[in-house]
Amino acid sequence: MALYSEKVMDHFRNPRNVGVIEDANGVGEVGNARCGDIMKMYLKIEDDVVKDVKFETFGCGSAIASSSMATELIKGKPLSEVKQLTNEAVAEALDGLPAYKMHCSVLAEEAIQAALEDYYKKTNKKD
Amino acid sequence: MNRIYLDNAATTKMSEKAIETMTACMRESFGNPSSLYGLGQQAKDIIEEARVAVASAINASPKEIFFTSGGSEADNQAIISAANIGRRKGKTHLVTTSIEHHAVLHTFKKLEKEGFEITILPVNSNGIVDLDEVKNAITDKTALVSVMYANNEIGTIQPIREIGAICREKGVLFHTDAVQAVGHIPIDVQSDNVDLLSSSAHKFHGPKGVGFLYAKKGIVLTNIIEGGAQERGKRAGTENVPGIAAMAAALTESIEKMDDAAKRETLLRDRLIKGLSQISHSALNGDAIRRLPGNVSFCFEGIEGESLLLLLDDKGICGSSGSACTSGSLDPSHVLLAIGRVHDVAHGSLRLSLSEETTEQEIDFAIEAVSDVVNHLRSFSPVWRDLTEGKTKFIL
Ligand SMILES: Cc1ncc(COP(=O)(O)O)c(C=O)c1O
Ligand SMILES: [Zn+2]
Repeated sequence: MALYSEKVMDHFRNPRNVGVIEDANGVGEVGNARCGDIMKMYLKIEDDVVKDVKFETFGCGSAIASSSMATELIKGKPLSEVKQLTNEAVAEALDGLPAYKMHCSVLAEEAIQAALEDYYKKTNKKD
Repeated sequence: MNRIYLDNAATTKMSEKAIETMTACMRESFGNPSSLYGLGQQAKDIIEEARVAVASAINASPKEIFFTSGGSEADNQAIISAANIGRRKGKTHLVTTSIEHHAVLHTFKKLEKEGFEITILPVNSNGIVDLDEVKNAITDKTALVSVMYANNEIGTIQPIREIGAICREKGVLFHTDAVQAVGHIPIDVQSDNVDLLSSSAHKFHGPKGVGFLYAKKGIVLTNIIEGGAQERGKRAGTENVPGIAAMAAALTESIEKMDDAAKRETLLRDRLIKGLSQISHSALNGDAIRRLPGNVSFCFEGIEGESLLLLLDDKGICGSSGSACTSGSLDPSHVLLAIGRVHDVAHGSLRLSLSEETTEQEIDFAIEAVSDVVNHLRSFSPVWRDLTEGKTKFIL
């Protein structure tokens, strides 16, 4: 059996929403080079909805696929839903991840939450 | 898609000769070597012939060769035996290096818990142990020095003969893990001043799960596996006759081909090193000259090794990496850290290891494939962005 599901490999090979949003109003970066995965999320939020999202990731297959899937899951969604996103949901949408790779999907969740926090801070809105 | 196998340091494809020897042995010589009837003795003869062949490959005598289940077992047995010999004389200090295989390092850690004092020597930025460091580490309490012949990740070849001479002079046992060296570079346990040496068949086109330990005459081994009296009472268990026969066949063949293979591989290795050096912010790991003929190891800044391996696999290339995410631990390879690569850089490592079957076309294809994949991964790496925008400083 392959290390990763077909879904993971698809998102890893053809990551969705890669890149940067120049006028993003919420940016979050998590992870560190020590553990080997770093994710940066760019959100463009309008009327409490994620109008656009892009990401950059330094990391393993699981990290790249998780970032890609996470962006798909929140694109066009209201912030109330985005806040609920969990790493389990990301992993499930990828048809599962090997147990020792789950921490990479946690980063995707954290990167989005960090970007949201940044947005609230910048716009002085309360969470 | 063609498969380009460049992971010969992980394991090698069995040679046709080894496969033939192995299957013939399984079909025709299936007896138990401990049985007294002809069929059993036939199997025993095969083992003893293999012992002669293996011994001659490293200039040992057949009685000094003990067959094991592979390199890890040989490492464990060599180190534990030397520790026990030392303990009986009140010597409780053991010396090794920071770049050993875990089969050595974990055995050292185990002995440390049992009360031995251990010294782990550093290596220089090329991955070579300093002779003065070895000399200075040895005290009148030292029972063993263990230094690998050649490193599995970065390919550096240690000054084994000189270290052996130091140990002889100081009356300390010397073990070398020669798993990556046997069958690839010339080894002579006599002139190399080696007391204990570990080897594994699957690194020189033999089968997996079989290897040998050389123990110089007079060294009393400690059993790791208790039971029957096989291997002169030092390693119990019905012998892996087909594996041992195939190992001997593979080793004999490797020794015959060694000079030509090493020349060929060295040329291709250096072609690959030159090609990969063209990638910006990359660096060769290990020593450019004191290096196994088949080993190429690089770090590429701004990318992570596992994703590099997966995309190379898509192009048919089999390689390996010392990144944390490939090992399942949070830290990258201890070898890369030991030669001074910082975590960020060590995560972006790639090892490609050649065999005598590797072709120039494969090398050229690999150079292009690695360049493409590194560029692709850098194109959406936040680490690379920070480096190129000057927010962080390039290391390589
Ligand atoms: C340097 C070194 N020592 C020991 C081993 C372990 O050998 P084996 O896989 O035969 O147990 C290996 C290979 O994995 C190795 O490269
Ligand atoms: Zn990861």
